[in-house]
Amino acid sequence: MFEYAPAPESRSVVDLKPSYGLFIGGDFVEPGDGGSFKSINPASEEALAEVAEAGPGDVDRAVRAARRAYDEVWGPMPGRDRAKYLFRIARIIQERARELAVLESLDNGKPIRESRDVDIPLVAAHFFYYAGWADKLGHAGLGPNPRPLGVAGQVIPWNFPLLMLAWKIAPALATGNTVVLKPAETTPLTALLFAEICQQADLPPGVVNIVTGAGATGQALVEHDGVAKVAFTGSTDVGRQIARSVAGTRKRLTLELGGKAANIVFDDAPVDQAVEGIVNGIFFNQGHVCCAGSRLLVQESVYDEVLAALKRRMAQLRVGDPLDKNTDVGAINSAAQLERIRTLTEIGSAEGAQRWSPPCELPARGFWFAPTIFTGVSQTHRIARDEIFGPVLSVLTFRTPAEAVEKANNTPYGLSAGIWTDKGSRILWMADRLRAGVVWANTFNKFDPTSPFGGFKESGYGREGGRHGLEAYLDV
Amino acid sequence: MTATTTSARSDLSEVGRSEATLRTFLHGLPGVDQVGAEQRAAMLGTRSIKTTAKAWAIDLAIRMVDLTTLEGADTPGKVRALAAKALRPDPADPSCPAVAALCVYPTMVPVAAAALWGAASGSGRPTADGSRMGLLGEPIDDGGPAIGRPPAGGATRVHLASVATAFPSGQAPLEIRLADTRAAVAGGADEIDMVISRGAFLSGRYQQVYDEIVAVKAACGDAHLKVILETGELATYDNVRRASWLAMLAGADFIKTSTGKVPVAATLPVTLVMLEAVRDFRAATGRQVGVKPAGGIKTTKDAVKYLVLVNETAGEDWLHPDWFRFGASSLLNDLLMQRTKLTTGVYSGPDYFTLD
Repeated sequence: MFEYAPAPESRSVVDLKPSYGLFIGGDFVEPGDGGSFKSINPASEEALAEVAEAGPGDVDRAVRAARRAYDEVWGPMPGRDRAKYLFRIARIIQERARELAVLESLDNGKPIRESRDVDIPLVAAHFFYYAGWADKLGHAGLGPNPRPLGVAGQVIPWNFPLLMLAWKIAPALATGNTVVLKPAETTPLTALLFAEICQQADLPPGVVNIVTGAGATGQALVEHDGVAKVAFTGSTDVGRQIARSVAGTRKRLTLELGGKAANIVFDDAPVDQAVEGIVNGIFFNQGHVCCAGSRLLVQESVYDEVLAALKRRMAQLRVGDPLDKNTDVGAINSAAQLERIRTLTEIGSAEGAQRWSPPCELPARGFWFAPTIFTGVSQTHRIARDEIFGPVLSVLTFRTPAEAVEKANNTPYGLSAGIWTDKGSRILWMADRLRAGVVWANTFNKFDPTSPFGGFKESGYGREGGRHGLEAYLDV
Repeated sequence: MTATTTSARSDLSEVGRSEATLRTFLHGLPGVDQVGAEQRAAMLGTRSIKTTAKAWAIDLAIRMVDLTTLEGADTPGKVRALAAKALRPDPADPSCPAVAALCVYPTMVPVAAAALWGAASGSGRPTADGSRMGLLGEPIDDGGPAIGRPPAGGATRVHLASVATAFPSGQAPLEIRLADTRAAVAGGADEIDMVISRGAFLSGRYQQVYDEIVAVKAACGDAHLKVILETGELATYDNVRRASWLAMLAGADFIKTSTGKVPVAATLPVTLVMLEAVRDFRAATGRQVGVKPAGGIKTTKDAVKYLVLVNETAGEDWLHPDWFRFGASSLLNDLLMQRTKLTTGVYSGPDYFTLD
């Protein structure tokens, strides 16, 4: 028996302060009218730091600081000079990658292997990529001299805290906007470390402002009159509220919301790699991925083999300490999310689907949920329709390509989809018909800063990443 | 697996019946997505194996080494030196295990057999029941028959492997390749590493490759047959999977990646595909086949990556020298160096490890 000895990444690389203020106008300041809250480590429930909660007054201060920076420094600055700052930030992120990765895993609960090999490298890549655009905006196909919008109010989720920050801040700054960003209340710490990186990079004060807090803070931000552009990633419910509050104003809005992606496996698929893709699609980041492949559609003729291989592979998943370098599946981000996952899986069982998890020992403290699949799921089951946002896969079957398309599209969402087949022509045929913003072929959950990302239907509108991602921050 | 796990066990014995059945079967195997396979192998390469796990892995890796010398310049002296190293890799540490096998050219087999089991003096020749191990200092029973077989069982039994069948190209008439095999077995080799006809495989003459493996297997008698696919020349992972199944269907006891004589030798993704093949083959037939990556594995770090690959692909049943081997020469000293570092806490210079 090959028992891997514990291989924990050292926490000493992270220098956490006991408490953090709000990052407004280039400095950490005490909140004027808000309180504070604690950010905890979901793997141990230990409090990591005390974080300020921004009230409406603080949000107003932040927006004013951003507006001043926009009018006086960042807006007039030539693109090539903005690029210098972005390149500098990207390099500092690379230099401090280990520190950022450890902090991300501590605060979010995701395995260090993912924060180290996926999140942080992508964060740096986004800043590098958009730094390159800053002095070439006239060549982006959006007109000869596209202008920035002003102050962008950005609200991001807890599943990829720093990566979502990069998706928001990098294109906004490259195009000449200034930002006020609110990280999620359960994962504010890497955003605050990013604020320190802005200071280290000598970014002009007010160009980036970070206001921490919960839903009320986010609401104050998106409803603030000084905000010209709202960008939100998160749940469809909150996205709807934001759309309502922005309606009738001149604010521009992009929303990246939920998903219930179909991962479609045909009978000629490369089975071993398809199984890897299924696992990566739903158990990556504990399934806390808006584009997660949470519905597996398997062609009936290979159902038994694929299921057997999937179960064998799931038994290999290593669930536990997020800081252990060999961990595959970490902790659920919060007690509330764990509760939601539990509720929906209980509904799944009650509705008659068969539940299976590999034998796995979960730690006593913290928020944990074993990787789970449901078989015998039909389209009417809630676990086939609602976004669970956890390590829970619903397995359905299909008989023909047309049926696969029909079932895959039969959801209010439309963020992503996966196709597994050796036949190139079928990939193209399917991709034409799937109503999803991203269609992966023989892979899943692959991200790149050059590639636009966004949804159809209730998964939101607007695109982030690539040349398309510039448009959301420019007056064109 | 599409074609295998669903078919009954008796079906597979019929697969080698004709060119048509072989082709249908091999081309019905699920494909391998190159990007996905390489990504999986790379991900497993990031596993962090430390402290007790590392010590365990190093000892296992030493026990899995097929200590190899395959040079035109090989001499009896060189082979004897390597045999001594195989039996006792670290003379300073009796707790260090012996390697799995010594691997030589057929002409060197008698020398190697004598060096490993004492055939030259006649006094240390092992018996079939493993009651004697002359060079290891175990009790010697002078009554053993001189048949050149290694001791059966026993923790320190070192096998004698020989490459045969016109290694490394395999480009000789079948009769000559069979004679080569018989000579090696007669000389005392209990493991034969054969090469397949890559030319025949690549041109789609599967039946010819199959029949040749069957013939060599027959010539091996009781000796274990390792079939070298020379994956560097097969080029695609689909071919690697097909060749793996072809060799297993024809009776291979082991499938081996490479001769070490072409530019691309063992790689992690190729070994991954072969491990998937042996895993699926056992699920389909009940018969377990071993895997041997060979060539280019030089460091402990590499070896540990392969063991992780075995553990998380074929499973722990393959984590044994009977089912997984490393074809290597320079790997052993790096394993010994890391082993000493783990026990003493300091690195010794290369002069503290023997060059053989």
